[in-house]
Amino acid sequence: MEPKTLFDKVWDAHVVEKIDGGPSVFYIDKHLVHEVTSPQAFSGLEARGMKVFRPENTLATPDHNIPTENQHLPIKEELSRKQIETLTANCEKNDITLYGLNHPYNGIVHVVGPELGHTQPGMTLVCGDSHTSTHGAFGAVAFGIGTSEVEMVLATQCILQPKPRKMLITVNGELQKGVTAKDLTLYVIAKLGTGGATGYFVEYAGSAVSSLSMEGRMTVCNMSIEMGARGGMIAPDQTTFDYVEGREFAPKGTEWTKAVAKWKKLKTDEGATFDKEYVFIASDIEPMLTYGTNPGMGIGILGHIPSEKDIEPSELPTFKKSLDYMGFNLGDKMLGKKVDYVFVGSCTNGRIEDLRVLASAVKGKKKADSVTAWIVPGSKQVEKQAKEEGLVEVLEEAGFEMRQPGCSACLAMNDDKVPAGKYSVSTSNRNFEGRQGPGARTLLASPLTAAAAAVTGVITDPREFL
Amino acid sequence: MPIDKFTTLESRYVPLPVENVDTDQIIPARFLKATSRDGFGENLFRDWRYTPAGEENPDFVLNQSEYTGEVLVGGQNFGSGSSREHAAWAIHDYGFKVVVSSFFADIFQNNALNNGVLPVTVSAKFLSNLFNAVEKDKSQKVLVDLENQVISLNGECEEFAINPYKKNCLLNGFDDIDFLLDRKDKIKAFEAKN
Repeated sequence: MEPKTLFDKVWDAHVVEKIDGGPSVFYIDKHLVHEVTSPQAFSGLEARGMKVFRPENTLATPDHNIPTENQHLPIKEELSRKQIETLTANCEKNDITLYGLNHPYNGIVHVVGPELGHTQPGMTLVCGDSHTSTHGAFGAVAFGIGTSEVEMVLATQCILQPKPRKMLITVNGELQKGVTAKDLTLYVIAKLGTGGATGYFVEYAGSAVSSLSMEGRMTVCNMSIEMGARGGMIAPDQTTFDYVEGREFAPKGTEWTKAVAKWKKLKTDEGATFDKEYVFIASDIEPMLTYGTNPGMGIGILGHIPSEKDIEPSELPTFKKSLDYMGFNLGDKMLGKKVDYVFVGSCTNGRIEDLRVLASAVKGKKKADSVTAWIVPGSKQVEKQAKEEGLVEVLEEAGFEMRQPGCSACLAMNDDKVPAGKYSVSTSNRNFEGRQGPGARTLLASPLTAAAAAVTGVITDPREFL
Repeated sequence: MPIDKFTTLESRYVPLPVENVDTDQIIPARFLKATSRDGFGENLFRDWRYTPAGEENPDFVLNQSEYTGEVLVGGQNFGSGSSREHAAWAIHDYGFKVVVSSFFADIFQNNALNNGVLPVTVSAKFLSNLFNAVEKDKSQKVLVDLENQVISLNGECEEFAINPYKKNCLLNGFDDIDFLLDRKDKIKAFEAKN
């Protein structure tokens, strides 16, 4: 039998029909739905006089456009309230499980799926959100889709997809102390560029990847889209099985044993080939920080913004436009730059492990007076666990403001906006112009680097701070 | 929902020579609160098109009446970032039928095709010729022929690639859902087997 990659194994097992000269009819095991990219899909379905084909394979939670304060009160803004009400009504009409606002399982869709055991190895999983690649951490084929495709999945549990090309990214060795999964992913994206993996599905491998926790693996797979990849995945192993076991919707008893036996086969066969391969050395990776307006514009925290001589002349106008927006100059050093806001949260770094790292770094310290520091847990479950573990107390003591779960200032659809011109060190995934509010300037970093910035009020090497 | 048919278009074009135009620029998140597909064109490129006070930014190409047409020409890596189909809706609603770039992000490309907007990938050389030609003559036109998969500028022709299935959808105004609904029996058989 021809050797297959992990991706081939999961992909090929879900092809219902291969269309000549066209895409495949591709079966979806789990469809995650949120309030922003689904209403037009449900109304399209309704216009055809149809209901959802497989509601039992569909799961919904509002996250993008919910307030992170006073969630027990009706949502003030009319359009946002209507969007959440529309999701609720669509789920009721179609018998879809909904973790609505104030439900104990509510949260960011990519935090909720894994923590409840909905996400499992070998699955295909889609959502109308580009960070769906997060679930690839479990050895699932998971990717973001547009609303027309959401409608396709609601109607038929399938979409039409051409098979992407395959890329292997290997990171060997051990990460330095103070260097996290977020730094690893920002490093890889800086190397490949913001479109460097477009058209590919990535498998991450190597000892630096397999030694990451599930939370860390989710952070890495989450950011795959920031280099253009369709998705990213990691072969499931004992770390994966230990994480999934016992979670509410994970298989139990003999079903569990059978599932693990099947999941153990989900790895790239010896001799299987990729269309492109990259190898990186973990010890080369410094704590990373972005200085520009796309996630590929990242450097080690001790580094300088590239100078004119480092940039291709054809790319210089766009590069300068980006630095103008950020209020930075060519060749600037990043250490010591002023920080106004710190945001810890999002589907990238809003999980319990991220809050643990943050709490242990700031324990007994105080945030700088000049910094506004928001912590937005990824889900109700993360919020609950953080309270039980005493993390909330530590963080509040340090002057951080704990808010309620949601996507929040990662995309600033709700009121959690960074004001124009202000600098925000953010653990989220995108530093695009205006991403955290019109005119806001975002510097992407790990929770540890965010902690150091919050306490000192300036960009600080987190390794000195440990 | 059936999409607009597309065969051939000859039109003036709007140049946007910026690289890595992400979907947050095409339509910022705060305008994603609608529950219908309509009206997103109003906020297309909102934060580049308008000042924070809400006035038209005269430096932005959509506010320069000498540039017009149903074709938008963008720098490389157009449509990166968020999967929001609202970006394709905004471009369509504004009146663009074709977007030209030397490189498109995957999800945006799919979303555009699913809404009858044709993404045309050209060489870096052709792209720079497009930008130069319209700089010289703002009424410059470009011709896009889907049937023959050719884009031409002043007689300079370049072929472009498109998936044959998607090409057929655009030529005939078909959408994917009808195609998938026709295959429900096969889908059910697949489910029974797995």
